[in-house]
Amino acid sequence: MKMPEPDKSILAKREEIIAVLGAIVPGEGVIADTQELSAYECDGLSAYRQLPMVVVLPETTAQVSAVLKYCHSSGIKVVPRGSGTGLSGGALPLADGVTLGLGKFNKILDIDFENRCVVSQPGVTNLALTHAVEHRGFYYAPDPSSQIACSIGGNVAENSGGVHCLKYGLTSNNVLGVEMVLMDGEIVRIGGRYMDAGGYDLLGVITGSEGLLGVITEVTVRILQKPSVARALLLGFESSESAGDCVAAIISEGIIPGGLEMMDRHAIHATEDFVHAGYPMDVEALLIVELDGPRIEVDHLIERVGEIARRNKATYQRTSESESERMIFWSGRKNAFPAMGRMSPDYICMDGTIPRSQLPRVLREMAEMSQKFGLRCANVFHAGDGNLHPLILFDANSAGELERAEAFGAAILKLCVDVGGVLTGEHGVGVEKRDLMGEMFTDDDMKQQQRLKCAFDPQQLLNPGKVYPTLHRCSELGKMHVHNGKLPFPDIPRF
Amino acid sequence: MTSHLKPENEAQLLDVLKWAVSSGTPVDVRGHGSKQGFGNAMASDTVLDVSSFSGILQYDPAELVLRAGAATPMTALLAALETNNQRLAFDPVDLASILSSHPSSEGFAGTLGGMVACGLAGPGRLKYGGIRDHILGFHAVSGRGEVFKSGGNVMKNVTGFDLSKLMAGSMGTLAVMYEITIKVLPAPEKSRTLLLQGLNAEQAIQAMATAVNSPHEVSAAAYLPRAVAKGSDVDLVSNSNSSVTAVRVEGPEPSVIARCSALRKLLEHVGTIDELHSKRSHEFWAETGTASALRKMDNWSTLWRISVPPADGARVAATILGQVDGEVMFDWGGGLLTLGLSAKDPHAQSTIIREAVRQVTGHATLVLGDRAARQQVSVFQPMPPGIASLNKRIKSAFDPEGILNPGRIHGNG
Repeated sequence: MKMPEPDKSILAKREEIIAVLGAIVPGEGVIADTQELSAYECDGLSAYRQLPMVVVLPETTAQVSAVLKYCHSSGIKVVPRGSGTGLSGGALPLADGVTLGLGKFNKILDIDFENRCVVSQPGVTNLALTHAVEHRGFYYAPDPSSQIACSIGGNVAENSGGVHCLKYGLTSNNVLGVEMVLMDGEIVRIGGRYMDAGGYDLLGVITGSEGLLGVITEVTVRILQKPSVARALLLGFESSESAGDCVAAIISEGIIPGGLEMMDRHAIHATEDFVHAGYPMDVEALLIVELDGPRIEVDHLIERVGEIARRNKATYQRTSESESERMIFWSGRKNAFPAMGRMSPDYICMDGTIPRSQLPRVLREMAEMSQKFGLRCANVFHAGDGNLHPLILFDANSAGELERAEAFGAAILKLCVDVGGVLTGEHGVGVEKRDLMGEMFTDDDMKQQQRLKCAFDPQQLLNPGKVYPTLHRCSELGKMHVHNGKLPFPDIPRF
Repeated sequence: MTSHLKPENEAQLLDVLKWAVSSGTPVDVRGHGSKQGFGNAMASDTVLDVSSFSGILQYDPAELVLRAGAATPMTALLAALETNNQRLAFDPVDLASILSSHPSSEGFAGTLGGMVACGLAGPGRLKYGGIRDHILGFHAVSGRGEVFKSGGNVMKNVTGFDLSKLMAGSMGTLAVMYEITIKVLPAPEKSRTLLLQGLNAEQAIQAMATAVNSPHEVSAAAYLPRAVAKGSDVDLVSNSNSSVTAVRVEGPEPSVIARCSALRKLLEHVGTIDELHSKRSHEFWAETGTASALRKMDNWSTLWRISVPPADGARVAATILGQVDGEVMFDWGGGLLTLGLSAKDPHAQSTIIREAVRQVTGHATLVLGDRAARQQVSVFQPMPPGIASLNKRIKSAFDPEGILNPGRIHGNG
């Protein structure tokens, strides 16, 4: 992975930079010792590692602003970091960059039940938001699988999803406002406890911007009343086609389940060996369909989904009759990643989205690729929204396997784009998928996106080298190619 | 001399915009032109008519995604969805019927692109999100004269910056969209609305909060004061001779029945309760989206839409109506105020409104006013300097020469 060339003049000033940052954030706020820095050398994508030049851990918005202002005026790159659980390398440090960690922003500032929102600092974990409001029956809906550790600021940066986003939306649908510091140190507030901030939808573009547009210092999220009941069905099929047909039928008949997950044979066997959830071992595809809401509705829809499943050739069907049984259904799926870790020394998790109707073709071609690359691959799939998570198993100690696994992963993502899908459904582009952006976007598409970056950070000091494969100077991106002022095509109808 | 250019395909659209850039000709971008009265007054002699980019291009109901030409008529779009028992969950607002004194007889006026560009969502916004939450991708030509796209044709996508969100509410000032992908959802099997009579605004907002904060999945909540309720086309509302607080419940039939009865119990101490069933429930929320009951009154001439924290809604309305003659109705559980105000002095009026909004945070938009009113006041909420300058830089990133709908958002340039 090629990162921007470190700037020697910045590296030469390292001691001075540490001193200035220490003056802005006194006490334990600056980390410069190599040993301690190593804790920050990667995020959840551990295949890529780089020691940061220095880490700074501010505690106030004013300190964040001062750090950014200083870095801006001195031309120093900055990499924002939440909890470091991201899966695409968005918080991968730069050798000549300051890693700005927001872990000390760990307080919930206000819980406002009347307006159904929580105002929080960005370092608060996703799950802590729910814990803070559940005594009144509320929760924060997006639930990425790292929710015990991942921060709400990081969720905003990545537009994180989870297993319930078919019904409840991604982060972007659940954030009402932010306070953000721009690269030049300016503090702006966008949105709040009301709907639809005025002007261009800045909140919409900031969410999912992977730390390229600004540093979030406060987040207002909407909270929802927790569904009264959740029940799940476990459905087995002899082919992924039948499972896919069943999913399509459920949705076509107007049912939006709270969760709708699919696992292929490899994933079923791996997780069953690991957690003994009681999954059927003789099926090609397994669906977990979870209905949530008022009890009467859930019971009604469980019946209907069961009937749809029978029509769509389900060969195995079980319905959760208790909360503990529902949790057992989920135990395999939720342990899919550690189960892979048990089967193989290493694995990588891909994250493409496809139109659901293309699933049989994609699974078939992935099986062929698995043969070709000589690597095993298991699939877990957010079937409701088409978000595919192929897990490629490999051994990093075996020569060439990491490269083969990466090539396999890239081939899968290209396939996702070929069938009308996208490179990433919820993990972000980061560094991992950066060089594949050209599969989905033309140069002009990417340049227009990068012009947005220039509107926020014209010197491109914030998290450079992420998301976009080529760095263009903003002055170059802004240039216009002006032709003469004649309307060249006389055949355009005029009135 | 006004010229009217009507490109018929992408290549021609690109040519027109390249020409507009190089000749420095500002263009007035139009689909069906049904919302000309919305936004700041704008002067351009060149109409860029994009109505050729019409038609549904891809729609598989099971994928919950629909891709269509930007100028696809809303009537065609809504009809296709209805055939498949699906809908746009944010309850699109027929803005043209607000702007025009004699609504179109052909139903929902305007195009998909116009709806996205105006970005105004209806009652369903409370539960299902706004237009911004439903636009998944688009193709466009920028004000630089370059074709680009963003987003995709699937529901879950975080690849690259989400420029789609930027398009919602951008009033055609950033790019000329020619293709749009939106998220669609199943229409609920049943829709019922509980009506509570006789509450004042404060009580109504509290009752709506009780309902929305309950586990009974309320999907819309509105309040019409007595004078406004009289103008409703739904007899149970207009004949009630009192204010009406309305709470909508949707879903499978047994669930709707059970939830309505649970909500009745929850709210019975508050006031008398009535129920609107399917057809009348639909009618009530359609007219709530366009504030039609309020517009039937005759003591107003400007219409404002104000978004504030729901719990502050009643106070903001009282502050404004304490100083200006007019009427108010509430949607989004109290978070959306529609105000019809008397004409006397639009400028003084907007100062009062914006001060009231500033105190609680939020924003106010002048939805309907004559050209004079729109010239005297800024139609959209003035922004704090940091945000204003970001908006300006974004505009310039998409349209450096300022050729697309100049002044429509920011007035005078």
